[in-house]
Amino acid sequence: MTYTGWILLTASLVGLSCGIVGGFLILRRMAMMADAISHTVLLGIVTAYLVTRELSGPHMLIGAIIAGLLTAVLVQWFHSRGVQQDASIGVVFTTLFAIGVILIATHVGNAHLDTKHALMGEITFVPWDVMHVPLLGEVPKATFMLAAVLLVVVIVILAFYKEWKITSFDPALAASIGIPVVLLHYVFMSLVSITTVASFDAVGAIMVVAMLITPAAAAYLWTDKLSIMLVLSGAFGVMSAFMGYYIAVWLDTSISGSMAFATGIVFVVSFLCSPKHGMLSRHVHRFGARRSKENIKGIS
Amino acid sequence: MNSLLSPNTQWVLLSTLILGMAAGMIGCLAYWKRQSLMSDALSHAALPGVVVAFALTGSKNLLVMILGAAVSALIGAWMIQWIRSSSRIKEDTAMGMILSVFFGLGIMLLTIVNRTAGGNQSGLDNFIFGQAASMVRKDVVTMLILAVLVMLVVFIGFKEWKLFLFDPDFAKGLGLNSRLMNSLYMGVLVLVIVIGIQAVGVILMAAMLIIPAVSARYWTQSFRMMVILSAIFGGGSGFVGTLVSTMGKGWPTGPFIVVASSVLFTISLVFGAEKGLLTQALLLRSQKKEHMEAANPNPSVLSPRLSERGSNQ
Amino acid sequence: MSVLQVQDLNASYRKNKVLHDVTFEVEQGSLTSIVGPNGAGKSTLLKVMLELHPKLSGDVSFFGSSLSRMKTRVGYVPQRGSVDWDFPTDALDVVMMGLYGQVGWFKRPNKHHKEKAMASLDQMGMADYADRQISQLSGGQQQRVFLARALVQNADLYFMDEPLAGVDAATERAIMTTLNDLKMAGKTVMVVHHDLQTVEDYFDHVLLLNRTVIAHGKTEDVFTKEQVYRAYGGSLRWMKEA
Repeated sequence: MTYTGWILLTASLVGLSCGIVGGFLILRRMAMMADAISHTVLLGIVTAYLVTRELSGPHMLIGAIIAGLLTAVLVQWFHSRGVQQDASIGVVFTTLFAIGVILIATHVGNAHLDTKHALMGEITFVPWDVMHVPLLGEVPKATFMLAAVLLVVVIVILAFYKEWKITSFDPALAASIGIPVVLLHYVFMSLVSITTVASFDAVGAIMVVAMLITPAAAAYLWTDKLSIMLVLSGAFGVMSAFMGYYIAVWLDTSISGSMAFATGIVFVVSFLCSPKHGMLSRHVHRFGARRSKENIKGIS
Repeated sequence: MNSLLSPNTQWVLLSTLILGMAAGMIGCLAYWKRQSLMSDALSHAALPGVVVAFALTGSKNLLVMILGAAVSALIGAWMIQWIRSSSRIKEDTAMGMILSVFFGLGIMLLTIVNRTAGGNQSGLDNFIFGQAASMVRKDVVTMLILAVLVMLVVFIGFKEWKLFLFDPDFAKGLGLNSRLMNSLYMGVLVLVIVIGIQAVGVILMAAMLIIPAVSARYWTQSFRMMVILSAIFGGGSGFVGTLVSTMGKGWPTGPFIVVASSVLFTISLVFGAEKGLLTQALLLRSQKKEHMEAANPNPSVLSPRLSERGSNQ
Repeated sequence: MSVLQVQDLNASYRKNKVLHDVTFEVEQGSLTSIVGPNGAGKSTLLKVMLELHPKLSGDVSFFGSSLSRMKTRVGYVPQRGSVDWDFPTDALDVVMMGLYGQVGWFKRPNKHHKEKAMASLDQMGMADYADRQISQLSGGQQQRVFLARALVQNADLYFMDEPLAGVDAATERAIMTTLNDLKMAGKTVMVVHHDLQTVEDYFDHVLLLNRTVIAHGKTEDVFTKEQVYRAYGGSLRWMKEA
């Protein structure tokens, strides 16, 4: 495959994984938890590096899962001790992130792992760092890891689809019929963590937030069906990846930055033009909506 | 210790001290508005404004950059409000979107400016993590004036703020203009964020607002005391963090300030007089003891008593 | 036979103790309203019994056994306001959620489940709205969907949190008909209720609650002026005026 081909494939895998996870993320009102975890995985990566002196896939994934779960547990714990939810998110992630940055500045130096790379990603290097995969031949490491993560995401989401749905919509009912709501919460946080860390080479730890939240929010405006929303959200993620790449090439600027920006374009278009919940259709249908609401009242 | 003697370092220390105090005070307002994470969204949203201001003027004049940051953060705030109020998208999602998309735009612009502006760019990168040491005296003076202005706004309208935060309806009844108060609140919040990002950086600025306020909560129930304590915690961690960061070459200021305030937070969490873990543990123990004494001393007789009561019904 | 035994239940919410030595027992086939002022711990009582909220001490037994063994026999209708009605799903899907416990892990609801859900929507007079997005339903219709979801669970004991709050008259009638049908079928229902005017018409048992059990028993014995006044304390007059 060509150089550009690998980059687009890698970015599309990011878009797909993030889009699918992001759909549930925004429905569970955890958009800011994603923001928090995307920062704290840095600490997980740095710690994993300091322990193993390696920047390879499995170590980073494990480090990221631990950091992500630690974030989720700490936020929950502070909240249960009377700190407002969003304040406790703010305390936890800034602290863990700051420790990560300090560790990089004081222990790691700029040789192997620099903060800017972790935050902004460096997708242009991805195609050169290859590994040998049976049957497929030479495949970039980051791409392979993203494909593996996407597979995990799809399997976990599909296997527990109805459980994700009910715990997102009505956790009290879910708990009352014996679904392990808390366990599922932490499984989900692990999914967010591995998606974030796998996307880290491509778009960086911060820009992954855009990929997680914005395509899902855009999809939420187009449909009233959960399954369609998840598919759309993944598609919007891929679309943003392509758009972002070509904008970056055109303006000769940061690829990850333009991909994040491209998710914004997709959202704005949806926000204005979606037939169901867009601004334009709202103005057009305002009168019609009022009338149909009166009809409903008449029937009931 | 030599660095302490350098006059520039002294100026920088003074500025992070005052900045920390101002952020600590505004953080209390944000805490009670339940908008702690709004500060995170707004500080990220400020990045494109900083870069655009730089690109337009071609200079690193702090005042111009602050203006750019403020405009961009206010646009972000307005968009969050607009998305939230006119669609089914919830506030946390709207904040996450604005935060990441604006930050992405900022990085795009920053890369372009870095490429075209040549050697003059190094200062711009500092807006991401903060580099207090790079501030020159003129910047420090600008920052100080603005930070003192922010503190004055809180001081002068103290009882109005209190009413506005805790009983907005009553405040309205007394003729307090809630629109004006809201704009004023947004104004000081954005101001403190944009003057802080030079020292702390856009990513960690939120910590300056959130952590001191949360820590202060553990010590007191009074709003006045909370604001005072939060200012002390914020100022203290600004000072200590900056001091530590000057000890190593190229150490970013922001993370050290954050860690300093997290240490204060941990101390408050454990020892806080009002809600600290130790106090709570002692309280719970005495409560449980009371509860055990009040309950039936002999649990084995409970069941017959219950069935008796049941048959009486 | 008693289907629910609650014994010296204590629980706190945030810092405050909201349930204090709550003890009562519910007979099979009864239709009980839980009545008490705001903050009396009515919703908390339901949540603590269902182990959705931690208790400090005390015991709750369902059908002489523990909740974990009897989960399929117990149904719960949370407050309508506790969920986000903008969730991308339709009415039928919400009702099907009531069956998720029976469907089992890794399986999808099948045609048989769908028919059951449809039947119970129909029972609540909502069959025509099966594929409507839930945010486009009126408050009363949303409440009926919740009731349909409880019916489909086919439980023996139901807990309902304010099912009659803020619904239109038609929905109120539909819900009360359903509750009486459940009672006739030998099921037991406990309802958190806020409207003192209708207690006597709607329920055969009353549990007067204000942090602890003020009185519990047949409506005609318990729902007296004195007892209600005791439960509400000074706030009763204020409530009637409001």
